[in-house]
Amino acid sequence: MSARDDILRGVRQALAGVSPAVEVPAAPRVPDRGDLVALFVERVEDYRAVVTRCAPDEVDQVVRDVLGSARAVVPPDLGLDLPGAVVDDVFTATELDAYDAVVTRAAVGIAETGTVVLDHQPDQGRRAITLVPDLHVCVVDGGQVVADVPDAIALLDPARPLTWISGPSATSDIELDRVEGVHGPRTLHVVLVG
Amino acid sequence: MRIALQITCVNDAMFPDTGKAVVRLLRRLGVEVDFPREQTCCGQPMVNTGYLDEAVPVVRRFVDAFAGYDAIVTPSGSCAGSARHQHSIVAERSGDPALAAAVAETGPRTYELSEFLVDVLGVTDVGAYFPHRTTYHPTCHSLRMLGVGDRPTRLLEAVRGIELVDLPHATECCGFGGTFALKNADASIAMGADKARHVRDTGAEVLVAGDNSCLMHVGGMLSRQRAGVRVMHLAEVLASTEEDEG
Amino acid sequence: MSGTFVGMPAFPTAAREALGDTQLRRNLAHATHVIRDKRAKVVAEVEDWEELRLAGAGVKEAALRDLATHLETLEASLVRAGATVHWARDAEEACAIVAQVTKAHGVDEVVKVKSMATAEIGLNEALEAEGIAAWETDLAELIVQLGDDLPSHILVPAIHRNRAEIREIFLRRMGDVGRPAPVDLTDEPAVLAAAARAHLREKFLRAKVAVSGANFAVAETGTLVVVESEGNGRMCLTLPEVLISVVGIEKVVATWADLDPLLRLLPRSSTGERMNPYTSTWSGVTPGDGPQEVHVVLLDNGRTRALADDVGRQALRCIRCSACLNVCPVYERVGGHAYGSVYPGPIGAILNPLLHGVSDEQTASLPYASSLCGACFEVCPVRIDIPSVLVDQRAAVVDSHRGDRVPKAEAVAMKAAAWAFSDSRRLAWAEKASGLGGRLLRRFGRTTLPGGRAAAGRLPGPAAGWTGARDLPAPPEESFRDWWDRTDGGRDGGAR
Ligand code: SF4
Repeated sequence: MSARDDILRGVRQALAGVSPAVEVPAAPRVPDRGDLVALFVERVEDYRAVVTRCAPDEVDQVVRDVLGSARAVVPPDLGLDLPGAVVDDVFTATELDAYDAVVTRAAVGIAETGTVVLDHQPDQGRRAITLVPDLHVCVVDGGQVVADVPDAIALLDPARPLTWISGPSATSDIELDRVEGVHGPRTLHVVLVG
Repeated sequence: MRIALQITCVNDAMFPDTGKAVVRLLRRLGVEVDFPREQTCCGQPMVNTGYLDEAVPVVRRFVDAFAGYDAIVTPSGSCAGSARHQHSIVAERSGDPALAAAVAETGPRTYELSEFLVDVLGVTDVGAYFPHRTTYHPTCHSLRMLGVGDRPTRLLEAVRGIELVDLPHATECCGFGGTFALKNADASIAMGADKARHVRDTGAEVLVAGDNSCLMHVGGMLSRQRAGVRVMHLAEVLASTEEDEG
Repeated sequence: MSGTFVGMPAFPTAAREALGDTQLRRNLAHATHVIRDKRAKVVAEVEDWEELRLAGAGVKEAALRDLATHLETLEASLVRAGATVHWARDAEEACAIVAQVTKAHGVDEVVKVKSMATAEIGLNEALEAEGIAAWETDLAELIVQLGDDLPSHILVPAIHRNRAEIREIFLRRMGDVGRPAPVDLTDEPAVLAAAARAHLREKFLRAKVAVSGANFAVAETGTLVVVESEGNGRMCLTLPEVLISVVGIEKVVATWADLDPLLRLLPRSSTGERMNPYTSTWSGVTPGDGPQEVHVVLLDNGRTRALADDVGRQALRCIRCSACLNVCPVYERVGGHAYGSVYPGPIGAILNPLLHGVSDEQTASLPYASSLCGACFEVCPVRIDIPSVLVDQRAAVVDSHRGDRVPKAEAVAMKAAAWAFSDSRRLAWAEKASGLGGRLLRRFGRTTLPGGRAAAGRLPGPAAGWTGARDLPAPPEESFRDWWDRTDGGRDGGAR
């Protein structure tokens, strides 16, 4: 018998006489927290990420200022005017390692947890580009911010690869003390529009 | 209302003064308890060591001894927890539906002393007098298995003359754990040493708890350290009056 | 390349040794208290935490109760999404599958995301035997691997090491396997983390094959989820061409929406954060993004055994948050190695016997490695009643010895106690005998407890386990029941 059939048979045997019906209580909703965008900003900053708020017509300039002279890679449909930024041309990891920064948009922002979620559409690019450079500038629209995790899950398409980002890369592996900056981008700069 | 005292095997054999205090306290509050002579032990020592078959006759004895009482009051969070949460496991093991039915009767009627005082009798001021610096350790089974919450501290706060001080890290286990204290003596002692240290840090003269077995463990360590702290069961503090102190 | 748990002594012996390790005691006391406080703070922030726990437990329990169906659904979804699905009955089969896929690509190294399943099956050692180097990329795993050490915690395997020890390990060993640590390395956590970043980067950039586990596997969509902090997970899941994920069959949840309570419960319970820095989800292969060859190995290795246990089944709900370890007073003092398994602490004390049975002495000692204080159940995000399972596993241990020709002393004592407790007259005799002992002590003993009661000091024999560190009150002259009879329950004026 194949391992597959063996295991499935074992599982069925183990559960013989066990009713599959289990009452699953609905997960509770967070109470209304008021201004979601303000909460989002506060919670992102809690992770020691940087947040800049600006109006829609200021985005290009704000991002240019954040980048300064950094060499930036950008996804194909970013939709910002960033002189000098290079559009991702399916670079290898080693090629990406030569860039200092990456600028992307996002799919969803989660206020309660201060999380941005990327679903890697063309305005966010492949997963690799937001990983190798050391500075990630992420442009989030105020209208993309939802209250909590269940709202994000309802909006997101699991068929797409998703990356949930809550602050810069960090570790608690040394004496369970959190320090920022390990393998992922050491600086996360969220530009919140509106 | 017929009320029975479940003294517990440890109190019966080692701490009769706790039992006498319960009787005196309840009598002062106008409650007469019966002491069913057939009672022995709740069976927890067997259950917690894994001897379920051996626990069956003991649990049988328990339900026989306490059948027909409206309330069973016991000065032990651990034994109340055993009656309420473990007797059904033993009954299931026995395969005897009559025993299962019997434990379903006695279990919910078993009250730890502070629950009985606060929930059944509705008192928090029991008229006690105890002019000593005292700290209280919430034992794990009373805290987590029964959920007695702040009942014991509410009772203690109402005691006249008492100087009640918070125990640091109060909710951490003292390390007794029944046969754990023997099977894993080293870990048990390490835990007890820290509990004793926290007790000493309070500067209290008396350590109070609702389980004499835990107190025997921590108190035994404090005694060995010549720490100058004595241990007392909650019942004994609540039974104290001006006469006792005089 | 790393140590082994094989041949570990039973828990009490291993614990005694660990309790004497002062550095370990200090490191663990510090780390567990830091994380306890952090967890308590972020959990207190969630008003409906208890409801969230119920929802989390419900989602996992429902998935387990219908596991065969969900596994078949998962397999179909994965295949549809372009993944190759393998099944492994045990550790050996799982390791062989990973080795064979790796070799098919002609490489002699893989990068690894921290994964309990691959630690459980001893994958690194198995690959090493096949000439394949497995590079751990999680900081704590790297510390353990470089130090030829064993993991001692499910979330932070190097929790038993402090910053000074980590610095020494990095200085001594990094150069042997790649980019050396800078000579001026300090023991600042940020500096140590930067050294790991530099050391591992070359490995990430050149790796062709990565191995991961998964925190969750969604049946209806074929989605795997990896929850992490450092970004090493993203590196492994994104940059290599081939990804092999070893997933325990209990990781399945039915639907995408089922992730909700779990993704809210896990970070707060584990690292004490509202959300962990990075969570990656992927469903098979995404053309043009990430690994273009994706394998999933579904692992049994004792899980069907645990599933068959009506009381113990709930242990398979575990989402490996490690909250139960962090609050456990035994774990806090003894550390993880004494449990002799990659799964230490309260969850290890039930999971190991459930997965493997209690026939060997070491595993049989684990259910007793607890005072049954219940702190683990209180924090468990999926409400695993660990104390009840511990007690049930103790019964399994006792039952496995019922056929012994020579019963253990403990069994004899328990039978005797049961005999005495089955009849109040027998108990009364026993109490009279102990009262006699008490009289002797009061007469000849020299120890008194604070408050004046006579006591026994150090006693020999079986009592030494108690009296080695604690005085023992002398039995009273008169038991409670004798007092009651003599005074009619104190009504004869004998209330004292
Ligand atoms: S048993 Fe519960 S508390 Fe312990 S690691 Fe598993 S999920 Fe976390």
